Amino acid sequence: MAHTITVNGTRHSVDVDDDTPLLWVLRDNLQLTGTKFGCGVAQCGACTVYMDGQPLRSCSLPVSAIGEAKITTIEALAGKEAEAVQAAWVKHDVPQCGYCQSGQVMSAIALLKEIRKPSDRDIDLAMNGNLCRCATYVRIRAAIHDAARTLEG
Amino acid sequence: MTAHDISLSRRNILKGAGALVIGMSLPQAGRAQSGAAQVFKPGGPAAFAPNAFVRIAADDTVTVLVKHIEFGQGPFTGLATLVAEELDADWAQMRAEHAVSDPKLYANLAFGIQGTGGSTAIANSYEQMRKAGATARAMLVQAAAEAWKVPAGEISVEKGVLRHGSGKQGRFGEFAEAASKLQAPAEVKLKDPAQFKLIGKDGTTPRLDSQGKSTGKAQFTIDIHTPEMLTVVVARPPRFGGKVASFDATEAKKVKGVVDIKQIPSGVAVYATGTWPALKGREALKVTWDESGAEKRGSRELFAEYRKLARTEGTIAGKHGDAEAVLAKADKVIEAEYAFPYLAHAPMEPLDGYLEWNAQGALARLGSQLQTIDHQVIAKVLGLGPEKVTVETMLGGGSFGRRAQPSSELAVELAEVAKAIGPNRPVKLVRTREDDLSGGYYRPLFLHRLRGAVKDGKITAWSASLVGQSFLKGSPFEAMIKDGIDPVMVEGANELPYEIADFRCDLHTVDVGVPTLWWRSVGHTHTGYAVECFIDQLLQAAGQDPVAGRLALMGKQQRLANVLKAVADLAKWNGPGPANGRARGVGVVESFGSYVAQIAEVSLGEGGEPKVHKVWCAVDCGVAVNPDIIRAQMEGGIGFGLGHALYGELTLDQGKPVQGNFDSYRSLRINEMPEVEVRIVASTEKPTGVGEPGVPPIGPAVANALARLGRERPLSLPMVGGTV
Repeated sequence: MAHTITVNGTRHSVDVDDDTPLLWVLRDNLQLTGTKFGCGVAQCGACTVYMDGQPLRSCSLPVSAIGEAKITTIEALAGKEAEAVQAAWVKHDVPQCGYCQSGQVMSAIALLKEIRKPSDRDIDLAMNGNLCRCATYVRIRAAIHDAARTLEG
Repeated sequence: MTAHDISLSRRNILKGAGALVIGMSLPQAGRAQSGAAQVFKPGGPAAFAPNAFVRIAADDTVTVLVKHIEFGQGPFTGLATLVAEELDADWAQMRAEHAVSDPKLYANLAFGIQGTGGSTAIANSYEQMRKAGATARAMLVQAAAEAWKVPAGEISVEKGVLRHGSGKQGRFGEFAEAASKLQAPAEVKLKDPAQFKLIGKDGTTPRLDSQGKSTGKAQFTIDIHTPEMLTVVVARPPRFGGKVASFDATEAKKVKGVVDIKQIPSGVAVYATGTWPALKGREALKVTWDESGAEKRGSRELFAEYRKLARTEGTIAGKHGDAEAVLAKADKVIEAEYAFPYLAHAPMEPLDGYLEWNAQGALARLGSQLQTIDHQVIAKVLGLGPEKVTVETMLGGGSFGRRAQPSSELAVELAEVAKAIGPNRPVKLVRTREDDLSGGYYRPLFLHRLRGAVKDGKITAWSASLVGQSFLKGSPFEAMIKDGIDPVMVEGANELPYEIADFRCDLHTVDVGVPTLWWRSVGHTHTGYAVECFIDQLLQAAGQDPVAGRLALMGKQQRLANVLKAVADLAKWNGPGPANGRARGVGVVESFGSYVAQIAEVSLGEGGEPKVHKVWCAVDCGVAVNPDIIRAQMEGGIGFGLGHALYGELTLDQGKPVQGNFDSYRSLRINEMPEVEVRIVASTEKPTGVGEPGVPPIGPAVANALARLGRERPLSLPMVGGTV
């Protein structure tokens, strides 16, 4: 059936089954492919998007459960936290294969919006739902600390 | 869209007429079939040398066509560095793209076919790419000399700018078209390393792919979307060697969005308008499997068989002196038996591929690691001549060896899926994580039985028996097997870097119906662990320090000894401890011509699980082309090796894979990643690889630390939560 959802500020009507995960609506119907598929069971975080500003695994959220909530994907990131995180990711050359990094970046920005100056423990808690098989974790950590310093001004 | 249109539209390589394409000499016969020749024909000047690695556009960008797949190890940046160095380009003007599949133009010089693996990207490209850059430079200089009417020898080049003492200057783009009309020089002189401005210079060559990968813009195979494209998933047998007996698609076809269902050699393919309908269709599909030829042994049964075999005489893989005689007379024989599970590569992007075809030709786009074989099998399955097939390499979301499967099972399945639905129906084959983990091509299950003796503080004998599967057997790489020994099963174990007077290593090669494959650092994944744990155990029995004891045995292994000394210095080694509840363990392994030593600082954390706090790492990989990528590969290799040593196992229960997703195939997370400090040992030797060599030392380094915390070195991996 038709579902109307708000993604990146735009209303979209998609004709898909109720149980279709948001991830596949984003990727297959809206061609917003920055959000990645890694596991389908909310274990890897590659599919992280924001629902009303909160990070969420889009692979495990059926489209019928979205209602009026506003979805934001990596394609529509804006704001100083996003700029600081993405600049730090580039500066530290965090990505290797890069496939999980959309999700990493989304989780890192959400962390910095929540906690201005995260400790290593804060980073562990906020980021341990995002797997990186290349194990770029040393640089993810360094880049988050660096982004926090940038935001401090 | 026809295949003809595809070849014109698929790359924006055509943009920028007046581009300069630089190549090395190539027989004329090679030109007609070259991907580059096809690509450049429509828009560019006609007289291009086709062995194209470098393209300089009028807009001043320099694009390096990279013959290796970029799946994280950095060949885009690395090969561009080699070109930029000799070209005297400005790093900001450098770009990288995958070259199309063409073995004549783009062979890995270490393989003879196009492909990536064995940590060879920089090693085999080091001179080739520098020559390509130097050739481009010479032609640009010549073009400028002719335009300015000055001798070429008076022109200098720096950061992408050509200059003459008269005050004339210009950028590469201005001379690209004129240069493209010149004959390439037969010989070019390469720089003396003392003149290098980029190679080995920290901070000068940031990765070319970081921006796209930090913004979600980088395009992977799974991101391909074309009009009329069908998304395909395949139902495969639950046990290896199973076949489709029959299937009932009635319910599956009722799923909204399911377009068709076809049997293919590897299973039953479900074609749908999107991924979710395809998955739901597969869920609704009823398949009866013929398992008469399937492998039904589980990991437990295999280990039991392997343990028995390890007690019988195998094929000698290495021998000097008479280890058995010394062991027979020894007061005490020290023994250890190490069991290694099957492991999945589990790249973050499960394997996938895109294909469109008709009688005129085919275009395949996938994270191809062995392009030449992928190209051949696609042509064969579709019944097309290879010249009618184009294989475009996509960024790969990780591989760790998985995308280099020698029979190209993925490309075969992709072509079968496309063939079954017929021409002019583009398909994107997608695998889920469950498909990936249960799909085989694992790091083979292995057993090492080791026996050694110590007398008067000296190691006197070493005997090793290895049992495992050969994945080279029956593959296109079978010729590597010599005298019954598959070299990648015993690498690192049949010759030790340690001088031990009486030594033997034998091998049992077992046939098991489970498909296996190289996995980041190949044989060293298990031999590194067995050897480095056992040498440490023998040194401990002999009352020797793990560092000094190893160094004393490394007579001829200067480079290996140097990295061990370097890491000991970096970690301020003062013995293994423990101190304050933390102990330190050592691992040092040469693999793929690179030398890596690591020291791990470990404590016992929650529930007695090993907690790795810090890893010090020293690496000698010859000339360090991109120091920061080398550091990144050491960091990543340590994390990858550690995650699997601690948690990784793919268990078979009566032939069926047990772990289906990341909830059970536990993978290292950020809170489990140690701090890492890397020292690159300066070297003028030829560059060697770094993609794999960071992996082997970490497992034994952790085990050897545990041995100083009152634990036994783990005899069975993984260290945490093993089920067999």
